[in-house]
Amino acid sequence: MSEHSQAHGGHGSSADGGHDHHDIAAHVKTYILVFVALLVGTLITVGMYFVHFESMAVTIAVALFIASIKAFLVAGYFMHLLSEKKMIYSMLGITVVFFFALGALTIWSSNDFPKNTEMKALYVP
Amino acid sequence: MEIPYTYKPRPDTGLYNAKVGIWLFLASEIMLFGALFSSYILLRVQAPMGQWPTVAGAWPTGLLNIPIGTFNTAVLITSSVTVVLAWAALKMNNFKAFRRYMVVTLVCAFGFLGIKSYEYNEKFTHYELRLKSGEAYTGHIEVNGKHAGFWDFGSIYNLARLEKDQVAEIKFTADPPKPKPGEKHAEGAAHSHEVKTIKREDIAKLDAFILRNHTFFGIYFVITALHGLHVLGGALVLGYFAFPGASMWKRNPEQFANRIEVAGLFWHFVDLVWIFLFPVVYLL
Repeated sequence: MSEHSQAHGGHGSSADGGHDHHDIAAHVKTYILVFVALLVGTLITVGMYFVHFESMAVTIAVALFIASIKAFLVAGYFMHLLSEKKMIYSMLGITVVFFFALGALTIWSSNDFPKNTEMKALYVP
Repeated sequence: MEIPYTYKPRPDTGLYNAKVGIWLFLASEIMLFGALFSSYILLRVQAPMGQWPTVAGAWPTGLLNIPIGTFNTAVLITSSVTVVLAWAALKMNNFKAFRRYMVVTLVCAFGFLGIKSYEYNEKFTHYELRLKSGEAYTGHIEVNGKHAGFWDFGSIYNLARLEKDQVAEIKFTADPPKPKPGEKHAEGAAHSHEVKTIKREDIAKLDAFILRNHTFFGIYFVITALHGLHVLGGALVLGYFAFPGASMWKRNPEQFANRIEVAGLFWHFVDLVWIFLFPVVYLL
């Protein structure tokens, strides 16, 4: 990205790194590829449902693995996270830490019950 | 006075302000949905083992319509790619293509919501029935010769409602039993769709597939309805930018393209939530 193009503020330049029309056309190809990959990923996820794994842990791991790849494609390419500025990364880094902390706190509380209650008391319909 | 950095990047961050704003907002959204996902995991792990409805409180699986859910996932993914293509069209100075992609995005957004409301209605008219003898079924009911109507909240019945309305008996059509893995038809499937008359005094519990019935429906409706509200909100903003708000394109094309990028970031996030939501609630 040249200083020149930014000073003129033509359509080609933007805060995320100055594209000219040719760059954008290349991006469009990537977007279409990502779109196809996402559709294929969805079909694989559904296909896995009909494959019966022995353990529930494997089933969950496979489903979340495919979902994570799809999430990476959306965030990385559609949301331009692969070529983002440092400030966004640090903001999201903090968010990731708190996200997992929140999840961990919730799971940690899973054996906490009010005093004088039995666990089965929870299951009364 | 002009607001600085609406399209020129701030020298210290290298970003225009709206982009910092939307990412901070998305960070808060990650926490909001994160809390709900954690709750889902907790409720699911705590549920007793067994097959619902035979075991009361067990986690129901296979209740949601997978083909419809898969189709809706594809609809949302399509809207996600069209919104980024709309932004790319603006960057290539092609306003016509921009508007075309935005219209496709909006059609997908409202299509998603329409399909979701159809799914909701299926649940509102589907019932769990437990008899005092200990038998438990799922199926559809008929009260005073009427099926529960489309979006008719007044016709959602439970035992207390039957007592209040002094309904002596209901007609009940049980769902066919689910085939075991590897079997084409379950045992006794041929006897399904048989309408039985159930006396009120034999009923221990009757309730539709709604929030109050089961923690599964509680968390399912809360997460998907919150997600649906995000789809609706995003669609309204994108609709504004596609039509009345598009006049900015002539005045300040750079800032307008940035607005589309920022609205698109929100839209992709909504798609991202669904990417996790779909396997978790439909398939696991």
